[in-house]
Amino acid sequence: MGKHTITVNVNGEEHTGEVEGRTLLVHFIREDLDLTGTHIGCDTTSCGACTVILNGRAVKSCTAFAVQADGGTVETIEGLGSDALHPLQEGFWEKHGLQCGYCTPGMIMSAKDFLSRNPNPTEEEIRWGISGNLCRCTGYNKIVEAIQYAADKINEGDAEEATT
Amino acid sequence: MIPGEFDYHAPNSVDEAITLLTELGEDAKILAGGQSLIPAMRFRLAAPTSLVDINRIQGLDYVREENGHLAIGAMARESALDESEVVQQRYPLLADTARVIADPLVRNLATVGGNIAHADPANDHPATMLAYNATVIARGPDGERSIAIDDFFTDLFENSLTEQELLTEIRIPAPGPNDGGAYIKIERKVGDYAIAAIAVQLTLDGDTCSAIRIGLTNVSPVPLRATDAEDILRGKPLSDENIAAAARAAAAQSEPSPDLRGTEEYKRDLVRVLTKRTILKAAARARGES
Repeated sequence: MGKHTITVNVNGEEHTGEVEGRTLLVHFIREDLDLTGTHIGCDTTSCGACTVILNGRAVKSCTAFAVQADGGTVETIEGLGSDALHPLQEGFWEKHGLQCGYCTPGMIMSAKDFLSRNPNPTEEEIRWGISGNLCRCTGYNKIVEAIQYAADKINEGDAEEATT
Repeated sequence: MIPGEFDYHAPNSVDEAITLLTELGEDAKILAGGQSLIPAMRFRLAAPTSLVDINRIQGLDYVREENGHLAIGAMARESALDESEVVQQRYPLLADTARVIADPLVRNLATVGGNIAHADPANDHPATMLAYNATVIARGPDGERSIAIDDFFTDLFENSLTEQELLTEIRIPAPGPNDGGAYIKIERKVGDYAIAAIAVQLTLDGDTCSAIRIGLTNVSPVPLRATDAEDILRGKPLSDENIAAAARAAAAQSEPSPDLRGTEEYKRDLVRVLTKRTILKAAARARGES
């Protein structure tokens, strides 16, 4: 039952740590790396508060072992908006996409992942995309608006880039 | 909740995985997507002393049509089905199923092979693969063998693989021009198991149903085919009367347990209603109507 040395690229930075086989990815992120923006909500693979992007896919980090991320990349909420707010963060701010905020990091990481594959989602597709993330405050309408705002903003940015 | 301790192994090839499984014996579990196994370990419902993680084996994540069948590699994720053009265009029963398993985040890790191998009658792929008459390919120390899906599920959470064997591929027969299929699931909310769900794959010859297989989800201790319903429809016209009789037969053959999702009576009636709807949807697709 030995320890494993793992190296994971988290938000663009290499981190090396020692973990047990049973250490969950979310515990490595929160306790070993002290990146507490990734939340633990339900602990039962239901709520999505612990969502991170692992090797380019949004996953529930309470349902993967840290050792599985060895040699891979992880993106957490801390990786967004270090200089200015990321369009998703701005969308949640502008559209009041949160009340208590507990689900927000997971919502944003889920949205970032599916917007990367579907930059022009319909409202239904947005609701589908966040169906693995639970929010107990907002009733979701404001979250959907926030993600729509971000999609429009990202597309505007891409259009500007393309014309300059 | 943190799982019990275990030894972690991450082989790089199928051969290496089989060697490990042979050495480690019955207390070893295979870790694929982990979306059923890890929660079970966290609840201490499962406490394997060793895990053999097959995620690092390259080349097992394919979804492709070849030699008259759709081949799904053991490490193909559920999300890959959603994104596969051939699945979306030619395998509507599989496409329907892939969209209603758990939620998008879980589907990014969960594998089709794991969904089958877990042999949970509440999982969605067992019914679908029963309806498709799929074949499971397994490799062990003595080489490769094929297992008909009808022989694969042996008991609750039990399958016919030996402890040294690894499921490497699932094969679904390619559809003919008059084939159609559908999966309809009723769940209380996204991410929950089905209250009941029905998988139908059929072939039409004019108005006659020349072949049909029906799989039922979460209404029996072992993944179940509604053979009585199939017998009523095989070789008969798909009339309202015959479909109604088949739906009643599927309800009668199901063995649902009462739980927080409903009473036995409710679930049985749901099987009846869903069987009818799913047959109609599959038949419409076979006729090219949707």
